[in-house]
Amino acid sequence: MASVAYNHVFKRYSAEAVAVKDLSLQILDTEFMVLVGPSGCGKSTALRMLAGLEEISDGEIKIGDRVVNEVPARERDIAMVFQSYALYPHMSVYDNMAFGLKMRRVAKSEIETKVKEASKILGLDNFLKRKPRQLSGGQRQRVALGRAIVRNPQVFLLDEPLSNLDAQLRVETRINLQKLHKDLDATFIYVTHDQVEAMTMGDRIAVMKDGILQQVASPREIYDDPVNMYVAGFIGSPKMNFIPVTVSGNTAKASGFTLELPKAPGIEKGVLGVRPEDLTEVPHEGFPKIEMKVEVVEVLGSDQFLYGKVGSDDVIARLDPQFKVSVGDAVPLHMNMRRLHLFDVGSERAVL
Amino acid sequence: MSAATAEALPQRRKPIKVGKVVSRALFYLLIVIILGYILFPFYWAARTSFMPDADIYLTPVQYWPKNFTVQHYINAFSEPTFVRSIANSAIVGVSATLISILIGASAAYALARFNFLGRNVALYLILAMSMFPGISILGSLYTVLQRFHLYNTLYALIIVYLTFALPLMVWIMQSFFRGMPRDLEEAAYVDGASQFQTFWRIMIPLAAPGLATVGILTIMGCWQEYLFALSFLLSSSKWTVPLAIANTGANQASAFQIPWGDQMAETLVVMLPLIAAVLILQRRIISGLTAGAVKG
Amino acid sequence: MSTQPPTPAAVTDAAARAAPARGKHRSLEASSARFAYFMLAPALLCLALVAFYPMVNTVLTSFTDSTFGQNTTKFVGMDNYTKLVQDPAFRTSIWTSLRFTIITVVFEFILGLIIALVVNSSFSGRGAVRAAMLIPWALITVISAAMWKLMYNQIYGVFNDLLVNKLHVLAINQDFLGNPVTALPAVAAIDIWKTTPFIALLLLAGLQLIPSDVYEAADVDGAGKIRTFFSITLPLLMPSILVAVVIRALDALRVFDLFYVLFGQRPDTTTMSIYVQEQIIYFGKVGYGSAVSVALLLIIAVFIAIYVVMTRWSAARS
Repeated sequence: MASVAYNHVFKRYSAEAVAVKDLSLQILDTEFMVLVGPSGCGKSTALRMLAGLEEISDGEIKIGDRVVNEVPARERDIAMVFQSYALYPHMSVYDNMAFGLKMRRVAKSEIETKVKEASKILGLDNFLKRKPRQLSGGQRQRVALGRAIVRNPQVFLLDEPLSNLDAQLRVETRINLQKLHKDLDATFIYVTHDQVEAMTMGDRIAVMKDGILQQVASPREIYDDPVNMYVAGFIGSPKMNFIPVTVSGNTAKASGFTLELPKAPGIEKGVLGVRPEDLTEVPHEGFPKIEMKVEVVEVLGSDQFLYGKVGSDDVIARLDPQFKVSVGDAVPLHMNMRRLHLFDVGSERAVL
Repeated sequence: MSAATAEALPQRRKPIKVGKVVSRALFYLLIVIILGYILFPFYWAARTSFMPDADIYLTPVQYWPKNFTVQHYINAFSEPTFVRSIANSAIVGVSATLISILIGASAAYALARFNFLGRNVALYLILAMSMFPGISILGSLYTVLQRFHLYNTLYALIIVYLTFALPLMVWIMQSFFRGMPRDLEEAAYVDGASQFQTFWRIMIPLAAPGLATVGILTIMGCWQEYLFALSFLLSSSKWTVPLAIANTGANQASAFQIPWGDQMAETLVVMLPLIAAVLILQRRIISGLTAGAVKG
Repeated sequence: MSTQPPTPAAVTDAAARAAPARGKHRSLEASSARFAYFMLAPALLCLALVAFYPMVNTVLTSFTDSTFGQNTTKFVGMDNYTKLVQDPAFRTSIWTSLRFTIITVVFEFILGLIIALVVNSSFSGRGAVRAAMLIPWALITVISAAMWKLMYNQIYGVFNDLLVNKLHVLAINQDFLGNPVTALPAVAAIDIWKTTPFIALLLLAGLQLIPSDVYEAADVDGAGKIRTFFSITLPLLMPSILVAVVIRALDALRVFDLFYVLFGQRPDTTTMSIYVQEQIIYFGKVGYGSAVSVALLLIIAVFIAIYVVMTRWSAARS
């Protein structure tokens, strides 16, 4: 197994089209790193540069101690699971898994042992003679994984491996992937646009946008301390509430309320970030009260979401479903000051 | 339409029905005419091949032969030039096709998947190649073949047929390769395959349907070719099918009377396997024709 | 990893990792380009030998007085071309080829379109009809010439029997191929018969690319059948039509085998290709014949240019 390092990596297709800008990211040995962001954010390009499928325009990528910029994909000793699985349609499941070993001139008997071993782990023992088209989507996905596992590579690259599965299977596979990571004790780099996958699977998450790395941290940290408005809004569902405020000293004034901040942030115009669950109907010591005009109520059994307005700003609150409320009510809510975020309007950076 | 409404509108339904039947009948008549147009010459060839020589030249013309004979077929199979020509055509066609697959498919892959200096030039040169008339290089080819002592050999024909077989192969296969997903090649690279191994072990097996299609078109093209065969083959033992059939009876005593019966018998002997192949492979052929022409 | 004892597999892996030699790696693009040239080389070499070299040689020879059986060859500049411009036989051959091209392309297009439209509607036995259409295409040209020659025969040919005795259109039997007036239409008819189904198949493929909802929309808008054909089918089919017509025109311009088998060297049925073959093979005038070849090449190049422009144009439109 090995660590991976991106040092000031760029990917330029032309002067204007820059897919990855100055990416520096250290991935530890045996870590499960998730690259997450919307489509076109450069996460896949970053992965493909590591795989050797895209030229690195600038900077360097290291696997372990080796700079791999000029090393062809086949000599990088990585394995990749593609979004489409990219199984070789003309080969049986066994041959699909064995192909990488054959290319590396591994002895036949050893290939057999490894393929048998991997297929046992993945529950594919009975399908080894089948062709990919005779398999279900979930089975194909496992073959793609198996093809990576048998290789015992330094790094596993997974490019949206769950996006072609249906919702239920996706959850199941998500859990299996985590188990697999633990069992293999290997370095995983996982690309996804799905923040739930990122939050549930990653040891650490790297959030990207427009080719720029926004933040790298553990899921907890990303959720609790997003460095900017983009990360704050991208992670979490429903989204964090953003309420524009004007600041003078340590007083923040929104359209519907005024707030004393714990300290003066030194900005004039800001955006207050409050997660829906940080608004509560239960009064707390030191939680300022705001009033929400309720427009829509959604009760989901375990949760209750209120959509409405505070002053002239749209706000979502997540409350106890036992709390009785109906459309048109003006509900008093209490804001958890300890989990409050404040962003500068211009730079969108977190200042509090 | 439910039964109730159908009964309620009997007067209105009837005229529509008659009109429909008439137009349907006309439509099928049109199809019969089209089929007749396409197939009548074949019928006529078959008719002639089963008639005794004397009857063929008789008037009034017999639309259905009064006397049947298989003598012309016996003649055809006992004519060494003709029998030999089938083997020659097969050798030339299969060899030219295999060579063009071997070197044409790899060129097509390079043109379809890689960006390199001169790519478009190569592509358009090859395309232009397929359209230029063979006649314009006839004289120079003759010189080349003489120099390599290939004149009057089947090798000459195999090599010369590459002038049209290769461009066809490259042009159709490059559009075929373009249509294949890139993921598979990338997966193979990551799996440790070299670019050539990827081509050979992944792309070629997957391109087999395309290769089969172009292969059929190429064999058909070689089978048809006349100008080069006529110009580069002297001895009748080297002749291909078109030469043999065109020259049927040329060395017989009654040179002024064309041996129609024999010629038509040979025609049918050559055509039947061809028709069988066309019918079996029609889907492939049609897809190949349209890939080459419509997509361009 | 550190907790795991090194298995034999891990050892081989480690060995494999160490293996790649330093310094031989190039950038991804450079190695791709190298590979592409490597893959392209055999085909290009082969074409260079059998196509480019002869082509260049033909052009060079066209400036000489090269003749078979004559050892000395000298450069004669544009002489062959000046002679060519004044050569009435060459002009006749161009005219013959052009007339043949125009007749066949027009008829093949019109008949092909009709057949394509008919076969495009669904009816039982459609697959069989479509298969039957391939048969003339697969037929060897020389064979089809022989088949039609028999049918054209002045005395016992079926066409004369039909036209004179059955339909009474003609008063006396005609020598269709011998008569200079009917020779060209007669040979064109063979080509039309052989190639129309092919054109129909190309157009049929084009028709099937037109999505059915376009027709449904036209139907809803109240457009009649003829209106729909001219304002929807024909414009949408245009790319297929253009390509089919140009491909056919290129083939017809260089026609050789049909004329050669039916007529041999007859002045009134000498096409451009026949004329070249005659000059080079029969008269051994390689220099002059090459000049004729180059002229033929140029004429065809004009059509290829049109073809390239058209494909670009239709690609840009879609």
